[in-house]
Amino acid sequence: MIRARGLVQTFKSRQGREKTEVRAVDGVDLDVAEGEIVGFLGPNGAGKTTTLRMLTTLLRPTAGEATVAGYDVATQSKDVRRAIGYVSQSGATGSVARAGDEVIDHGMLYGMSQAEARQRGQELFSQFELDGMWTRQPKTLSGGQRRRLDIVMGLIHVPRLVFLDEPTTGLDPQARANLWTHISNLRDQRGTTVFITTHYLDEADALSDRIIVIDHGKIVAADTPENLKSQVAGDSVDLEVADIAQAPVVAKALDALTEDGDRVVVDGRHVRGRIRRAGTAVPGLLRDLTQADVELNSIEVRRPTLDDVFLALTGRSLREGE
Amino acid sequence: MRFLRESYIVFRRQLRMNLRNPAWVLIGAFQPVLYLLLFGPLLKPLIGALGVENEYTFFVPGMLVQLGLFGAFFAGFGLIAEWRDGVVEAERVTPASRTALLMGRLWRDLLQLFVQALILVGLGYLLGMRAPLRGIVLGIVLTLLAGGACAAASNALALTTKSEDVMAPVINVVMMPVLLLSGILLPMSLGPSWLQTASDYMPVKHMVNAVRNSFLGDFTVDKVLWGSLWTVALFVLAVWWGTRTFRKENA
Repeated sequence: MIRARGLVQTFKSRQGREKTEVRAVDGVDLDVAEGEIVGFLGPNGAGKTTTLRMLTTLLRPTAGEATVAGYDVATQSKDVRRAIGYVSQSGATGSVARAGDEVIDHGMLYGMSQAEARQRGQELFSQFELDGMWTRQPKTLSGGQRRRLDIVMGLIHVPRLVFLDEPTTGLDPQARANLWTHISNLRDQRGTTVFITTHYLDEADALSDRIIVIDHGKIVAADTPENLKSQVAGDSVDLEVADIAQAPVVAKALDALTEDGDRVVVDGRHVRGRIRRAGTAVPGLLRDLTQADVELNSIEVRRPTLDDVFLALTGRSLREGE
Repeated sequence: MRFLRESYIVFRRQLRMNLRNPAWVLIGAFQPVLYLLLFGPLLKPLIGALGVENEYTFFVPGMLVQLGLFGAFFAGFGLIAEWRDGVVEAERVTPASRTALLMGRLWRDLLQLFVQALILVGLGYLLGMRAPLRGIVLGIVLTLLAGGACAAASNALALTTKSEDVMAPVINVVMMPVLLLSGILLPMSLGPSWLQTASDYMPVKHMVNAVRNSFLGDFTVDKVLWGSLWTVALFVLAVWWGTRTFRKENA
């Protein structure tokens, strides 16, 4: 459905007298199969939206090539536009227009007749729980409703592939969860391919069949969430000792269980490290510590999250700078 | 055909939004009325110098051009708001022609201008302006072309700057010399020769003269042709610029 090779986008920026060239996207290769939900994950400024704008024909690639829905983005942009839906971060409807009018006009710009666009729009309104909102002004809708309206706009012409750019940014948890259900339904009920950018790990984790991680304009990983997580060596273990003097003893015991190259960190009473198969290793560790007369206040074992994956891949936490 | 249909969809949407906010439509129509009623009388003592029998025969054509230029200059502000709402981007991901996205908006501006022009001419007539019908028709056509050029340029400027704070001063910088050197309010022939020479370089002066001469029923080549050519040239140039901005990546 999507195939990109060596996509590059450079922007010229100017700081004082110095002109610099920023490579916002720096040689991106991407493959998305039909019917997949792919999460495109990266921190703000990593090049997600720029890549998306190239794939949706809004931005001409500086270099490289991309085929979307079987058409070349540079030479067959009209065919690409007909085949895809795009829901941008900034919304899609005039704030003082009426929601239904906007949906109909949008469908008509795709060549649908007015009646066709109205019927399809009303179907989508009920599917996306927007009943009764047809004549409302978008500015009077709640954040979640407005995002769903944007998605309806993007789906009006029944595209085979939908791009969603940060669809849940700024929504409350309940509205987010609700939107996730709608997004997975797109694929499950209609077989639509979904390409979704996000800087939320839980979102990528909950929705995606596959995750593509971008950082500094380069793809740093592409795999299923499970595989990505299993690449991180082991589960994280956090032991809190009652007596701070005993922390080195605990650190030594934990260090014996971690892989070479992984460090054990002592932070006050807390001793942290990563060990493989913590579930089977921890009971032995506890027994050894008890025999050494070490008293623990608490123990926490955590499966790796995508944030750990991101940290391992890029050396930074995704949450930094938020 | 497809182009017209797409332009019409955009036009209809724009018109609908405008009519939802009739205050602006009314203000737009009221402005020329104020000029006619409150500035027109000041020209009465100048009738001899103007070479016309009624001051409104001189003043209405100038007002028409001013309306066409300055009203349309502000068209871009609405586009910035639309861009902020994401509407421009949403329209640009559809297969619709980029020129149609601009043209639909121009039609809205031209319709509004046409209505204003009719009010202006009608009121002028009541106040004593006299002009042959074909002169009025040509004058209004030129006004619409001039207005279309400004609206297209304003839209292009809006999509380029994407900021009201940048656009407002730019428009002011352009508007001041245009207003002062085009003889809209008073004929340039009243001024010293250096001022007249300076105004010869201002295309809008020739446009104003063309509309004025057309209202006087003087269709000779040197009175109307140059202004008309300028108007058409500016219109083509501005539409080209506007389309290019709508087409351009990153707009």
